[in-house]
Amino acid sequence: MFRDVSFGQYYPTNSVVHRLDARVKLLLSLLFIIGIFFIQSYFGFILTAAVLIFIVIMARLPMASVMKSVRGILFIVLFTAILNLFLIKEGRVLVHWKIFTITENGVHTTIKMTLRLVLLISGASLLSLTTTPVALADGVESLMKPLTLIKVPVRDIAMIMSIALKFIPTLFSETSKIISAQKARGASFDTGNIFARAKALLPVLIPLFVNSFRRADELAFAMDARCYNASEKRTKMKKAKIGIGDIIAMLFMCSFFVVIILERYYFPTIGINMDQLIFGGLV
Amino acid sequence: MQNIIEVKNLTCIYSRKTPYEKKALDGINLGIEEGSFVALVGATGSGKSTFIQHLNGLIKVQDKKTMSVSVGGKSLSDKKNLRNIRFEVGMVFQYPEYQLFEDTVAKDIAFGPKNMKLPAEEIDKRVRKAMEVVGLDYDTFAERSPFDLSGGEKRRAAIAGVIAMQPKVLILDEPVAGLDPAGREEILLLIKKLQEEVSPTVILVSHNMDDVARLADRVIALKDGKVVADGSPKEIFADRELIKESGLEVPTATRIADRLRERGIDLSENIILMSELEKALAEKLEDRNV
Repeated sequence: MFRDVSFGQYYPTNSVVHRLDARVKLLLSLLFIIGIFFIQSYFGFILTAAVLIFIVIMARLPMASVMKSVRGILFIVLFTAILNLFLIKEGRVLVHWKIFTITENGVHTTIKMTLRLVLLISGASLLSLTTTPVALADGVESLMKPLTLIKVPVRDIAMIMSIALKFIPTLFSETSKIISAQKARGASFDTGNIFARAKALLPVLIPLFVNSFRRADELAFAMDARCYNASEKRTKMKKAKIGIGDIIAMLFMCSFFVVIILERYYFPTIGINMDQLIFGGLV
Repeated sequence: MQNIIEVKNLTCIYSRKTPYEKKALDGINLGIEEGSFVALVGATGSGKSTFIQHLNGLIKVQDKKTMSVSVGGKSLSDKKNLRNIRFEVGMVFQYPEYQLFEDTVAKDIAFGPKNMKLPAEEIDKRVRKAMEVVGLDYDTFAERSPFDLSGGEKRRAAIAGVIAMQPKVLILDEPVAGLDPAGREEILLLIKKLQEEVSPTVILVSHNMDDVARLADRVIALKDGKVVADGSPKEIFADRELIKESGLEVPTATRIADRLRERGIDLSENIILMSELEKALAEKLEDRNV
């Protein structure tokens, strides 16, 4: 049942993108997402899509893996698209039928909004596709470090986070084992009404909870035996270092961001309209 | 004897078309006779667990056209048979005590028979019988919480939960893992008793070749999802090349006999049990004394 669930969406290819520092990837993903919110022109969207495809190729990911995450929000995308298409009343009217009006502005906003959402999700999914959950947790910890100054227990949070992440696969395999064992005793989880089904889950949930508490106890014991102490300053076995690749990636993403900002705020002031240049009268 | 289990051309691939793709089973063909005690051996990751889970439909046959698994002549590809086959093929997983969930031992054991929709008296009868067979006294244990039992008692309660369904085939996945020597011995004797009293056909997954030599009348060795050896324990353990290739070991008695032979004591090559070794050595001593 859960055999095919590889936790998260991590897709191992060990590419240059995979090897980038998790902190750098976190910050650059953030920059990419902020950049997308500044885009107003078709030129900006085309540029972003090109950058995205470039990263996917560099990461040696199949396009389908990125599209999979888009499929998850397909409903929201369609919903916003339909709302935008019919509710925007400004601009030249293209179609008018009974109460439905489609205007030129509506069409533009719809296309742009759809592109924005799809690019946002694909961009965000690139992070989880190329970074292991553990590396991601370490990255978050490292980035949250300044918060220790205002007495946020960053180290504890980080430890809890990485323990939780590390045990998800264990829980998955354990759940599937218990499900198998109860199925072997004739339990069925997909018959009856909602109450019957909820009740059918008890033979799975009870052992799962019992085992989780047992495991938590054992883990606490093992950590205690190794003198774990959250308040001590801890060092990392694998220290993340910023390498040449990280610097290239930063330069690349920063220039992308600068181009997006310039295209939006500076180019109009000097009379350049990229959309006009590319599409001519079409837009 | 007739084959109770027929497996044809069984191949199983996990996580198809992803970087995690793994061929767990690769073209398995075999039949298991009714009334036989089969030991399934092989290194970790050789496909043993995947194989046994096909036998009661927990893992579905991936290609119905080319492969088939049938139990008692009924195909597992047919959805209608699935539920009945689950009751005919009892499966005791590794560390079965972690699957106990009810608030009393008796209720937990009754879970299987209840799912079979048996009448209440029959369920009660089967629970009592199952507890008796595994050696848990009904009056002492029936109303206790399964979580308060000792490790060995929990495991016996869990096994009782499977045999209360009175399956024709009993599959046990490393039933003695994590037990102390006394506990191991109890469970092994119990398995032999189960075969005589409840389930005539037994499939035992084990890493312990001493147990295999002692209990099984047929050994099937898997490696990388393929059957690499199939025969009686004597045949299998006599072929030292094969044992090495399949990543297995020989029983302790065989190992001792090999060492003694290296030192010039002429012992038979097909000793696999401690009792056989004992007898052979006693004979040698007698010869010397005469």
